[in-house]
This record gives sequence, structure tokens and C-alpha cells, in this order.
Amino acid sequence: MNKNVRMRPARQIGTALLLVVTAMLFSGISHATDAPTVPDTLQQRIAACTSCHGAHGEGTPGSGFFPRLAGKPAAYLVRQMQGFQNGLRKYGPMEYTVRQLSPAYMQEIAEYFAAQQVPFSRSPLPPVSAEALQRGEQLVSKGDAERKIPACASCHGSQLKGVEPSTPGLIGLPYDYISSQLGSWRTHTRAMAAPDCMAVVAGRLSASDITAVSAWLASRQLPADTHAEAAGSVKPPLSCGVLGATGDGA
Amino acid sequence: MKGFRRLVLLVLVLVALLVVGLLGWFFFGGSHRPTSQAMSKVTAATLRDPALIARGGYLVTVGDCAGCHTAQGGAGYAGGRLMATPFGNIPVPNITPDQETGLGNWSFEDFWQALHVGKGRHGELLYPAFSYTSYTKVTHYDALAIFAYLQSLPPVHQPATALALNFPYSVRNSLAAWRALYFKEGVFEPDAGQTAQWNRGAYLVQGLGHCNECHAARDVLGGTPENEHLTGGQIPQQNWYAPDLSTQSNGGLQGWNEQDIVDLLKTGQSAKGVAFGPMADVVVQSTQHMTDADLRAVASYLHSLPARAQTVEEKSPFNTTALVQQGEQVYTKRCVDCHGKNGNGVTGIYPPLNGNSSVTEPSGINAIRAVLLGGFAPATAANPRPYSMPPFAQQLSDSDVAAVVSYIRRSWTNKAPIVLERDVSTYRQTPID
Repeated sequence: MNKNVRMRPARQIGTALLLVVTAMLFSGISHATDAPTVPDTLQQRIAACTSCHGAHGEGTPGSGFFPRLAGKPAAYLVRQMQGFQNGLRKYGPMEYTVRQLSPAYMQEIAEYFAAQQVPFSRSPLPPVSAEALQRGEQLVSKGDAERKIPACASCHGSQLKGVEPSTPGLIGLPYDYISSQLGSWRTHTRAMAAPDCMAVVAGRLSASDITAVSAWLASRQLPADTHAEAAGSVKPPLSCGVLGATGDGA
Repeated sequence: MKGFRRLVLLVLVLVALLVVGLLGWFFFGGSHRPTSQAMSKVTAATLRDPALIARGGYLVTVGDCAGCHTAQGGAGYAGGRLMATPFGNIPVPNITPDQETGLGNWSFEDFWQALHVGKGRHGELLYPAFSYTSYTKVTHYDALAIFAYLQSLPPVHQPATALALNFPYSVRNSLAAWRALYFKEGVFEPDAGQTAQWNRGAYLVQGLGHCNECHAARDVLGGTPENEHLTGGQIPQQNWYAPDLSTQSNGGLQGWNEQDIVDLLKTGQSAKGVAFGPMADVVVQSTQHMTDADLRAVASYLHSLPARAQTVEEKSPFNTTALVQQGEQVYTKRCVDCHGKNGNGVTGIYPPLNGNSSVTEPSGINAIRAVLLGGFAPATAANPRPYSMPPFAQQLSDSDVAAVVSYIRRSWTNKAPIVLERDVSTYRQTPID
């Protein structure tokens, strides 16, 4: 269809319109004919991404696992793809998918998802006690000074929407995804550029803390705008390689 | 009594191994001392020649040395990864010019001894995970260029990990027997009856390109018998099938013309298929950077490979009709939008499945894993924003994957055997790297 539109005069536009209408009429059986028409769009090109993460990066809430990508900072998303390439992150399907992508293509894909703004639906929660949720809220918003666990919000933003350029949002993610990521840091199947502040935090959490934090985060209602907060809106308490090792390194 | 017999057998085996080892040591071992750089016939000035280094850089790319000698996320050519083989893990060495852990103290004579003869600096027999079975065909001058390039790299200090082979493969001198069976030392000899282009292609394919190391079946001892040159085979441990490369009757690339071969190696895909799995790595890191003349030479040589014998299809003991029907339903729902009802794909975007060697190769592994993993065509300079296929591992059961793969293997002009659910469950668990 694009080719038709590109042909100049009005008559061709008329023909194109006719073709569009015909295509719409026959769309029900169009895939029964051979040589399918393929839109030349990034969204079409990245079917390997969108089949799990959603056409607009909304995730697959029903799956209970695949994280949303929409609205996460582009630099964060690029880092994650690089992590799957260089072995910092371990997850077979993702390692295979991004294995041979070029830096330029990864940047383009990351920017696509970062720019998306879609309503999220919450994923199902496992049955957790009210005490656990309370503990989760405590850890997320205040941390646990005694065990040197900083509040999630101290880096990921007061609304937990993430912070440009490299800190992801924590809301709108499935329980299974959050808890498995925290577990991955403890089992060294997810890592970041040193100093790896999240490895430090995950190492200080107990198993029940991980359940509590993941459940509380997954239970959150989502704000209307889910894009990350502006750069510099938080002052991270830990030394972080991905943030240019700012913070006091506690 | 049975225990006693086993004991006797064990002792006999051990004695036999000892004899082989001693003979190997006597004939091949311990007799070589490294050539010091001062004693080398190649001067340091020669190794610093920019033209020689540039030539070597190109050849190192053609040979895809980085493919094995660079660890995931590691420094280039600094080794450090473990090559998994059915006999155990073989650590890949550091080939940067680091004095202590790399080739810093090596002379060209030492390097030639490794590349051409398959022996280390001290005369020790090298494990053929290092494909000297192919590299022996590389000319002396090309080897010199490669060495000059490697010596020009920044040295990286990275000690090798320990060899982790199972007994008896850990006895290095047992390789003497292996070499007698599978290794023929000698630089490529041009065939005067063929064109210069064909000879260049044969040199690249058989030598530095080491195509046969994957594209031929390995026997129980891990060797590739000479008469099975490029006839395709399952890659041990990685669980991909490297297809037969003949373009003639019954060949794995039957119907491919020379341009199709050039296209796949240069862009990552051709009108006949797309590179994926380990071949995608090869295209991105190596073949896309080859000159058009070299790609055409490779195509000319591959196009001359002989026709293959027709395989007789064994009748399946299973009810294939029901499986194929189930597969057709899956295909209509999940695949037809991109690959088309007639399995012809969309030229330049989605590969055809009809007549595609990756679909019909004997094992069925490639189609099964392609369905499970999906993925992008390789991102190359010629195709920087490739289209992709969704991974279906998360969406389809083993039964549905087996059905749809069986369907595409038996539809249109394809006549390959069906695959079973248990095959799918095996490859669902195969690690990526």
C-alpha cells in the first residue's frame, strides 16, 4: 500500500483508496492468499519483542511475568539489551533475541518503547498477608535503616515511575517478574556495571522481604502518566555504576 | 566372577592407553622447543609492516577467530571461554600478545607450528577444537599476516582456565591416534583444472573459513571423515544442524544460485532463507565483512559441490496425518500472516519455508528451535534493521510445536520426516550459548 501512495498524481491516490477499501473488505480472508503485505514499520520489524512485551510495550499482564517496557528510560532499556549480549543478564529467550542486534538498532528499539504511553493493567497477585504488604510498603517508601536497606523510592523516584536516564520504574510490573529479578541479583544471573548497587540491596533483603516488596509494588494503582521522572530528581544513597557511581557508597 | 572379568578388562584398557601414550610421546612428544623471537627468521620489522597487519586483520575476520577466542562480554581475542565438546570442556586460549598469558613470547615459527601442524609451542599435541584440520591449508604468507595482526593487538592479561576433559581424552598423547585418522597436514593445493575464482573459494572454504568443522557430521571420536566434506551435520553440544552445502540435486542448498549464497553471507538473508543460530554469529562477525570478490569465490566453489544421493524415506510408525492436520491449524493461526499459505514467505523480509533447507534438514532441530526461539535476522550493514519472528516457546505446547514443524516439513514441495513431541521438549531446554 505504501508504494501506491508514493505514486504521484490524483488518479493514483484514487486507485490507492480503492485498493485500501478493497483490502479492508477482504481483510478477513487476506491471509488466505499468498505473499502477505508487510508494513514497513518498526513495530512490524520487532515482532520478536512485541509478542511478549506487547505492541506498545504494555507487557502481558495475563502471563504474570513479561515486564512492561513502555515509558522506561531508553538508556535503561539499551543497557538491559547490552546486558543480555554481554552476559550480565541471563535469560535464554532474551539472550537469543538480542544476540546480534547492532547498537544503533537497539537504540531505536529502546526509544520506541520509552516513548510509549499506555494504560497498564495490573497482573494477578499471589495471596499474601496484610502484614507482608505492610512490610513491603515500609521497605519501598522508608527502607530498613537497621539492615541498611535503602527505600526503593530513594532511587526509583517518589512515585516509583523510574528516573531518567537509567533507573527503571517499579510499578506496573508483575509480581513474578519483580521477585525473580531480586532473586537473580542474589544468584548472580542479573548484574549491572560495578559497583552493582542493586546486588547490594538484594543481598540485604531476606526471602520474605522479596515477597513483601514484590507484592506491594505489584499491587499499586498506576498514575496516569507513567513516564520516568526527570533526571536529577533523586539523590541515590548508594554508589551505583550505572548512575556514574554517585551517592555516598553506604 | 563378573567383577573379576571387568577388572581384567579395565587393566587391559589402561595398559593399551599407556602404550598408545608412550608411543605418542616417543614419536610426537617432548621433542620440540619453542623458537625464541630472537632466533626467528621473521624480523620484528616485518611483523610491524602495516600492509601485512591489514591483510592479517582481514584474514582474522574471514576466519572468525574472535568467534571462539573472545568470551561473552570479554576483551577481543583474550580467550577465556570454555568450548563445550562431548569429551569435556576445552578452554579457549588468549591470543593477544600478552607476555604471560597470551602469545607475547611466541615467534612466527611457534604460531605456524600451531596453525599448520596442530602442535603447541613445546610440541604438545593440540586438541582439534582448534580447527587445525582446516587451518593447515592456510598458506605460509597468510599465516604470517595473521600472526602480524595478532601481535599488533593490545595485550590483555587473562590467564586460561584449566582443561576440563574427561579421561581418557585428558591424555594429550592419545591425540596421536586421532590425528592419524583425521588430520592431513598440508597447505591448500590449487586445482589447475579449475578457475582462479574457484580455487580462491575452495581455499577460503576448506582453510581459514573452516566451514567443514560445523557443516559435516562428526563421528564418535569427534572427527569428520574426509568423504563427508560439507555434507551437513548436527553441531555437538550446541544442538543446531549445519546443513549440507551442495546446491545440486538432493543437496541441502538445492536450487540456490551463486547470488543467493553471496546474499546470505553478506546481508544475513537470501531469497531462499535466513541465517540464524550460530550462522547468524558467523555472518555478523565474519562473512558480511568479506570482499565481494571473496564472497563470489566462495559461492563459485560451493556451487560446484556434487549432487548428493537421494535418501530413502523410512515409513513412520506413527499416524502422521492427524499430526500434520493439527499442524496445519497452528500454521493457519500463527504462521500464515508472514510465511504465506504456500510457504513462500515475503521476498527480502520473511524467509520461505517451502524448499528451505533449515526446515527440511534431516534432524528437524533447526525448525523446532526456530519456532521456539523466533528472533531477528542478523543485523548487518546491508540489513541494519531486520524484521523478526516471535518466539513461540511461551505460546505453544510441545505438541503444537511438533505438529506445526511436522506440517511445514511435509507441505508444498517439502518431504522431510515428521518430528515428535519429545524432540521439542529436548530442545526447549537447550541453553543458548
